[in-house]
Amino acid sequence: MNKRQIKLMQGNEACVEGALAAGIKFYAGYPITPSTEIAELCAEKLPQVGGKFIQMEDEIAGIAATIGGSLTGLKSMTATSGPGFSLKQENIGYAALAEIPCVIVNVQRAGPSTGLPTAPSQGDIMQAKWGTHGDHPVIALSPTSVRETYDLTIKAFNFSEKYRTPVILLLDEIIGHMREKVEIPNSDEIEIIDRLKPSVEDADEYMAYKPKKGELVPPMAAFGEGFNFHVTGLMHDDFGFPTNDANISDQLLRRIMKKIDNNVNDITMYEEEFMEDAEFLVLAYGGTYRSARSAVKKARLLGYKVGLFKALTIWPFPEKRIREISNKIKKILVPEMNLGQYVLEVERVVKNESEVHHLGKVNGEAITPEEILSKIREVL
Amino acid sequence: MVSRKEIRLSGSGGQGLILGGIILAEAAILDGNNAVQSQSYGPEARGGASKAEVIVSSKAIDYPKVEKADVLLALTQIAYNKYINTLDSNGILIIDSTIEHDHNRNIHKVIQAPILSIASNKVGRAMVANIVAIGLIQQLTNVVTKNSLETAVLNRVPKGTEKLNKSALLEGYQLAKNKYYLEAASV
Repeated sequence: MNKRQIKLMQGNEACVEGALAAGIKFYAGYPITPSTEIAELCAEKLPQVGGKFIQMEDEIAGIAATIGGSLTGLKSMTATSGPGFSLKQENIGYAALAEIPCVIVNVQRAGPSTGLPTAPSQGDIMQAKWGTHGDHPVIALSPTSVRETYDLTIKAFNFSEKYRTPVILLLDEIIGHMREKVEIPNSDEIEIIDRLKPSVEDADEYMAYKPKKGELVPPMAAFGEGFNFHVTGLMHDDFGFPTNDANISDQLLRRIMKKIDNNVNDITMYEEEFMEDAEFLVLAYGGTYRSARSAVKKARLLGYKVGLFKALTIWPFPEKRIREISNKIKKILVPEMNLGQYVLEVERVVKNESEVHHLGKVNGEAITPEEILSKIREVL
Repeated sequence: MVSRKEIRLSGSGGQGLILGGIILAEAAILDGNNAVQSQSYGPEARGGASKAEVIVSSKAIDYPKVEKADVLLALTQIAYNKYINTLDSNGILIIDSTIEHDHNRNIHKVIQAPILSIASNKVGRAMVANIVAIGLIQQLTNVVTKNSLETAVLNRVPKGTEKLNKSALLEGYQLAKNKYYLEAASV
């Protein structure tokens, strides 16, 4: 085996390196702090691998072109932050219903509105799930380190290709902008998934929205390869043509939801630590997880029996596991850089099995280990 | 073995402190340690308060930000005033000669040195003050080795400025040998 490369790398840079490893060939976007390095590096590196970078006129055009790029068969990505993420919502819904794989990176900064452009936040957790209108499938991932940013960017592309759906990668300014030591895995250690394509013989009767029997994800042809199909944001039939038919509409929406709902075990990623004798749980994600881990280690030294849960997949929520945990652990703390978003999901799932506490911070500064530790003390 | 060392480089935007932090972090990695570098800055490209942070440890680094700085560098009065309270009681304060230091503060070790003027007048470019400063930090703390620091400087500075930056680094080393100490240990 080749020796792995060890580098000092920034989170945003690892996102681009991960995207390249996953096979990205198209990026369109509009630069916005704190995600700008992703656009800059894509502009530099995509032409070197035969890809294309386009700086669009605005955020909406950025995702629109990304969706178009994917329809031509290229793995496509765009990156943004809060204000741009808001603007992209309509087209995220379009990609979900038209089943166009793409990756949308949101490096979260403090909002609402233009807020604090250079300061971290985790305020877009619920927006990632509910930002676009109507019921729609959502996959959102959130790394806690530079290495995980590399890995989860690859995962984001893999999930988007496998399930033919947009995937949201939620970084925050802490993870996006920090640099740390990373070991880059060799290409033979990385699993890459490409979208399922129809076979050439099927060109005449190709139906872009009809999965094979017993499956949920239809094979996807690329525009320009001789397959004809129609793409619309309206409810549509198997050929992609608009319909008002109640049955077809119902079946379509239920099928695209099932792509995720029936594969929760494949998509849900989390890690646990210090759980054996834990009587108290800290559940954290993204940049805040780093503070939580430091706090939990300090709490352990002080004799508190605290466990730690890291949510890498934000949506779908790791429902089953959190419910199991709540049968055993009666107190759960959720620290997050917002005024109470992910904690709502924990409360929903544990019902009244566990007491759920929240530590929120929205002043543009990271939650410190000390703040989490004193909350642990207060609650225990 | 390096136990967690927290370094905060502060000054104004445009002084190259973030690059200084990146170089220190890269040097630490070349030494085989872990390092995390982060920064905070305002929306403006120049001016404003800027800080870069580096944490070096032989163990995993969880919280990536400085809690209590073991080393605080301040190149401007505004940065000094803003961050002076974040220095650990056993920490080292490194300030430029242009800064008015409050002598009533109980600080373990204070080094005041003409970092900005050495860069402008002796090396010949104000923009290398960051490299002078990290040379000085290396000598005062040994948080990274000289070899790794030199490699990291040459890796990260723009092509064509290697010689200039190397001489800035040497001036930084030299500063540590001179007796610019304002106060020695008060503990």
